[in-house]
Amino acid sequence: MAEEKDRIIETEVQKQFRLHEPQIRPAIEYTGEASLKFWKDIINILAIIGEIAEASWFAIRNPRRIRWRETLFYMDICGADALPISCMICYLMGLILGFQASLQMHKFGTDLYVADMVGLSIVKELGPLMVAMICTGRAGSAFAAEISTMKVSEEIDAMVTMGFNPSRFLIIPKLLALILVMPVLTVFGNVLGIIGGMTVGVFSLGLPVITYFNRTVLVITPRTFSEGLIKSAVFAVLIAAVGCLRGLEAKNDTHGVGSAATSAVVSGIFLVIIADTLMTYLFSRF
Amino acid sequence: MAENNAVPMIQAIDLTVGYGDIVVLENINFTINKGEIFVIIGGSGCGKSTILKHLIGLYEPIKGDILIKGESIVKADWDEKRRIMKSFGVLYQSGALFSALTITENIALQLEEYTDYPEDEIFRRVNEKLKLVGLEGAGPKMPSELSGGMKKRAALARAMALDPEILFFDEPSTSLDPVTAAMMDRLIIDLRDRLGTTMVIVTHDLDSIYAISDRVIMLDKATKTIVARGKPSELRKSNPPPSVKEFLERAGLSRKMD
Ligand SMILES: Nc1ncnc2c1ncn2[C@@H]1O[C@H](COP(=O)(O)OP(=O)(O)OP(=O)(O)O)[C@@H](O)[C@H]1O
Ligand SMILES: [Mg+2]
Repeated sequence: MAEEKDRIIETEVQKQFRLHEPQIRPAIEYTGEASLKFWKDIINILAIIGEIAEASWFAIRNPRRIRWRETLFYMDICGADALPISCMICYLMGLILGFQASLQMHKFGTDLYVADMVGLSIVKELGPLMVAMICTGRAGSAFAAEISTMKVSEEIDAMVTMGFNPSRFLIIPKLLALILVMPVLTVFGNVLGIIGGMTVGVFSLGLPVITYFNRTVLVITPRTFSEGLIKSAVFAVLIAAVGCLRGLEAKNDTHGVGSAATSAVVSGIFLVIIADTLMTYLFSRF
Repeated sequence: MAENNAVPMIQAIDLTVGYGDIVVLENINFTINKGEIFVIIGGSGCGKSTILKHLIGLYEPIKGDILIKGESIVKADWDEKRRIMKSFGVLYQSGALFSALTITENIALQLEEYTDYPEDEIFRRVNEKLKLVGLEGAGPKMPSELSGGMKKRAALARAMALDPEILFFDEPSTSLDPVTAAMMDRLIIDLRDRLGTTMVIVTHDLDSIYAISDRVIMLDKATKTIVARGKPSELRKSNPPPSVKEFLERAGLSRKMD
């Protein structure tokens, strides 16, 4: 009898700590739940993109009512502050690519094609992608954390009851800032990436700087260049949207802030890769 | 016109509120008239903040309806809701000032968005509100640079920015010292007398219940209903249930002390 009672008390206690106890669940149940969640998530993302579209349409018609000061603030933290790291990473990316390419190209005696390989990979793929990764880590997570903190402190509630549309106040300045800033970061990243490749070409393969430069200019057409920038702008929309979404749907506690930021980064990277795949396919078709 | 006056400011009709499947309060009915100071009391966790957030249209009730000046805020779509919301100001339990903006910007926000006042007029109005809550000179500060009580007063200044018809307060006097709390009470009465603002106040502060309220309802966690209602002085005389009695007697005690 006493044992029975002990057991009941124990389970009561366990119930209180259920959050911290690792759970082993049947695989089927888990898979079902996860796919349901994934499906709901896709619907939420589509919903927020719809809401953003509506808010953007409002912003386009009333440009005076965009909160420019906040936009500039976010441009500063998402752009200016991210410039050194973006440049650094893209330069190293160019260096790595150049080195790998030079090993292969050298076998065929086509050293100059290193310029093609590095230039095209950086401008079409890696420049926009690396910048997107950096911005997901810096801006996406910051957006999610900021918005979820505002939720905890009732600021979002206050915003709604003051008659303001949270998407216009919170999302549009962030979105606009990222759309303006990410293509610019990408341009810088592209240049640095190409310089990275050039470093290998010049010092390891002994190509003259001017030859490498001319070859690069020849292969990178305005079209390839703008494809990269379009990608970058699309990534900006996705990163801002998913960052804000994760913030808005966060749980009302401090734990929620952390998981919102984490989830913004994970979903951001995932969405960016998916979008990149789609766009690469589309650009290759048309 | 006479008919217009008869429409109560706020009406809760068979209101059942809660979170998801959890019912916090059931079948609540009350009416708040224009210019009335209506106080909601009850123990911690009985659903005072919950019902307040429903009254201001943030959550959808499980059942029942809420009429603001005869218009349902439950059935309204978002545009209508926003229009109704502009007619009231809310002071949140935690203040809820926008932490990215200065105090002045916080208070000026609605004036900038909803009025055509020139900048100096907005500035003048902001300072007037700051003075009203005793925070002259705090305008350029950020919310994080203020104490808890100062935040609350700044938030009240923000709630009053558009001179709303209804003001909702979630525990206005917690984290205020007695002198400032008394100032808050005077301010509430003064606003009502000057502008005829309707006040809905959630509070634990026993002194201010007696000092300011026209009518009180007391909520109860166990029965999920209103266990007492009426004028605070009448309530004490009318042989209330033990829980209400205890609450009010403690109020009497603290009043005897001063
Ligand atoms: N977001 C939520 N989800 C689920 N339950 C909640 C939520 N917020 C509050 N509750 C529950 O609803 C009940 C009422 O909470 P509420 O915040 O309205 O209490 P209160 O009367 O304002 O208390 P206090 O005086 O301490 O502020 C509590 O039992 C609480 O556990
Ligand atoms: Mg409360």
